[in-house]
Amino acid sequence: MQEIMKMSALELGGKIRSRELKIKEAVDAYLAHIRKTEPGVHAFISIDEECINSRIKEIETGIRDGVYSGSLAGVPVAVKDNICTKGLRTTCASRMLKNFVPAYDAEAVVRMERQGMIILGKTNMDEFAMGSTTETSVFETTVNPWKEGHVPGGSSGGSCAAVAAGEAPLALGSDTGGSIRQPAAYCGVCGLKPTYGRVSRYGLIAYASSLDQIGSIGKTVEDCAVLFEVIAGKDEKDATSTGRGIGRIKETLSGGFSGMKIGVPKEYLASGLEGEVRKGILDAVHFMEENGAETEFFSLGLTDYVIPAYYIIACAEASSNLERFDGIKYGYRSDTVSELHEMYKKSRQEGFGEEVKRRILLGSFVLSSGYYDAYYLKALKAKRLIKEEFNKAFKRYDCILAPASPTTAPKIGTSLSDPLKMYLSDIYTVAVNLSGLPAVSVPCAIDSRGLPIGMQFIGNCFQEKKILKAAAAYESLRGAFPAAWERRDCVGKAI
Amino acid sequence: MAKQYETVIGLEVHIELSTESKIFCGCPAKFGGEPNTHTCPVCTGMPGALPVLNRKVAEYALKLGLAANCEINRYCRFDRKNYFYPDNPQNYQISQLYLPICYNGYLEIETSKGKKKIRIHEMHMEEDAGKLIHDEWEDCSLVDYNRSGVPLVEIVSEPDMSTAEEVIMYLEKLRMLCRYLGISDCKLQEGSMRVDVNLSVCEAGCVGLGTRTEMKNLNSFKAITHAIEGERERQIELLESGKSIIQETRRWDDNKECSYAMRSKEDAKDYRYFPDPDIPPVRISEGWIGELKAQQPEFQKERSERFQRDYGLPEYDSNLITQSRHLSDIFEQTAKLCGSPKKTANWLMGEGMRFLKEKDMEPEELHFSSAHLAELIKEVERGKINQQNAKMVFGKILESDVEPAAYMKEHGLLAVTDDSVLRKAAAEVLAENVKAAEEYRGGKEKVLGFLVGQVMKKMRGKADPGKVREIIERLR
Repeated sequence: MQEIMKMSALELGGKIRSRELKIKEAVDAYLAHIRKTEPGVHAFISIDEECINSRIKEIETGIRDGVYSGSLAGVPVAVKDNICTKGLRTTCASRMLKNFVPAYDAEAVVRMERQGMIILGKTNMDEFAMGSTTETSVFETTVNPWKEGHVPGGSSGGSCAAVAAGEAPLALGSDTGGSIRQPAAYCGVCGLKPTYGRVSRYGLIAYASSLDQIGSIGKTVEDCAVLFEVIAGKDEKDATSTGRGIGRIKETLSGGFSGMKIGVPKEYLASGLEGEVRKGILDAVHFMEENGAETEFFSLGLTDYVIPAYYIIACAEASSNLERFDGIKYGYRSDTVSELHEMYKKSRQEGFGEEVKRRILLGSFVLSSGYYDAYYLKALKAKRLIKEEFNKAFKRYDCILAPASPTTAPKIGTSLSDPLKMYLSDIYTVAVNLSGLPAVSVPCAIDSRGLPIGMQFIGNCFQEKKILKAAAAYESLRGAFPAAWERRDCVGKAI
Repeated sequence: MAKQYETVIGLEVHIELSTESKIFCGCPAKFGGEPNTHTCPVCTGMPGALPVLNRKVAEYALKLGLAANCEINRYCRFDRKNYFYPDNPQNYQISQLYLPICYNGYLEIETSKGKKKIRIHEMHMEEDAGKLIHDEWEDCSLVDYNRSGVPLVEIVSEPDMSTAEEVIMYLEKLRMLCRYLGISDCKLQEGSMRVDVNLSVCEAGCVGLGTRTEMKNLNSFKAITHAIEGERERQIELLESGKSIIQETRRWDDNKECSYAMRSKEDAKDYRYFPDPDIPPVRISEGWIGELKAQQPEFQKERSERFQRDYGLPEYDSNLITQSRHLSDIFEQTAKLCGSPKKTANWLMGEGMRFLKEKDMEPEELHFSSAHLAELIKEVERGKINQQNAKMVFGKILESDVEPAAYMKEHGLLAVTDDSVLRKAAAEVLAENVKAAEEYRGGKEKVLGFLVGQVMKKMRGKADPGKVREIIERLR
């Protein structure tokens, strides 16, 4: 079993294809491990073993008959619970959708299933992807597999914790303001947020439509890249998706840093950044420089406007996107109501958590007449100017290196009391979403408390290849990063 | 002396477009169907579903915009109008506020007072909402999303009208354009054309506009006329009695022929409009506009002039027939086939219009083959059927598109053309009506009609009166 867990998703897929390993053996190993570690980690919201078992049989025949020939056929994958899965409840970790079972699959899920991948289950998250710790979930609190009592980050905390805890070789997350990259950093795994429009958002329950993007989470850069290739591409059902070619990424990952120019924004290393994280990043910069990369510190403008612009735009869109949850068609309905408006009010009051309500209120405010120009339009202007800053930088650099978060994983129960502080911790990730850029987060060090430090390579639009190449180069020179689940003190191990 | 008042009217007209599928999904847009059968995750507002614009909708809106002399926004966008109501599954309507597809147009109308231009402020695309059904017995409400996502174009006029007559002319013009373009059937009763009337009055010669009200639920031209007259009276009465007019939305009750207030300006919602991030802006190229301009059909005025020129139709006939594109298409096909344009026009305007009126139908609802009408006209010309029977056959054509020759044969309506039979009948009539026969032979032409009638009676109508006349004349 240990052998199976040690494999990357690609290795696992290879062994399944060559029939060295039965899909059932692989999946059972994961399920057994989940049973053991879940009581400590709480990465999953739903697991449907019956459905998994029937899929296994179908895929085994499919591989034999040549229906499934891809490199990830038979490989299990965990899916964030804001991505719709037909017949499997999709809750957004909210009381509002606690019993919502979609009648359709998200396009990303369809594409994975077309490759013969197996949906292992649905992972915990911050309610409606709003939060940075997975603590706003209405379900259990997910624990960082690296250290008891610490959050996994968020909002894709369940997906990243599942991969870190060895409960899944791969996972899907969604990233609106850092929701893949930050928890990937906290959990010591690799997470890719693709260019806006690369992956269809059809079936992703929207938080902020112009910023949301589904991405891949894995143990290695290569795994992330291959899953990205599976889910990417034009989808007629999402008008914002694009059909731009991504090329063969996997084959171009090798080659090291030679000829690569990497810019490091000085503003991202300034005050607010925890000392140990700064050291981790600077060591990595130094290390890359030693190994053939050309690195340079530069000034990236407008970094002070990134957080306000992001929260205005994201909340404005969220306030409208979440209007459909009204207790009428599906989802939670308060049962103590006597008329329509009371039904709306009570269902939403009781169905949504604090953070979701805070963002709906904020978003409704910035869109209301008299404030629209002052807040929303101004934020859109800031967004455009921020993008221009990146455009300038990408004239000089192949990619930009930045921390994924100012700190390592905080303790459970310390973040939600101060929402503003929590919002500010998104400082290094949200600009990427505002500008529609791709970025990949990779672990680079472990701090003195034993928690991983992550950094992100940011690329220009549609340049996933470049950032994945840089991340892979770093990964191979760095050597294997320790896996949380293999450590003696891994959460869940003691149980 | 009583004060003089001026009435100022502007219209907001919603037109349901007759595209195959809905505006943002592939569900059928057609009217009716069992509740919630023309639906999918998109038009029922399921979580994670996304709208994708049906390009036909933009095409139809552009066609109407071009026909109404509008300028086109080369870069137009959709916005969300946020409000909670159960017929609106997302609780926001996808509409256009900031950059509507067409703007600054006009329609020219002609009333008893002459020609007038009514300016169009803008036209925008949006989605229709579902329908609520209130079950009084069960004390519950149900919602049917079949209509949710059906494409609409809203046409907002400037306040350029002052009488009900002008309003009706404007609406008729708009409806005719839509029907000629084939983009909507514009039926007020079925809701494929919905009219909101904004009306204010002010003392003659006043500067600026009075406080206006908006009237909804107007389901016929008659209701619109009555509502305009009623609202004008109501506002003038208020002013005369020293009261002020409240800016509000009023609902017209067609049975009681009066309106009542629905909501005032104080209740006006803040719709929190913002650009819909799910739908990329629509870029409208010169090429596309050029293509649509080239496809523009011949409209009523040109067609009427052509019919007068090419078919020698009187102006009155030509104008009447071209009110409907469909009817004028039938006219033209039939006239070409039978070679008798004036007779074709007579059939359509006489029996055809009578049929429509009797059945309360629109010309667009006529479904019969022009070849059948042409054949009937030729049969009448050949004396194969008399006028009376031919009317009956045309009725059948209108009703169920029967093939005239076959029908006439089957029902024994063919006129007797055998001279010997007619001669025999004529001889009998002359023998039976000795006095009349004598008078006729004596040169009294007046009795000829009587004799012809008697022969026709004897033939049970199955003879050509012209032919009968000839035969009697020969027997003189």
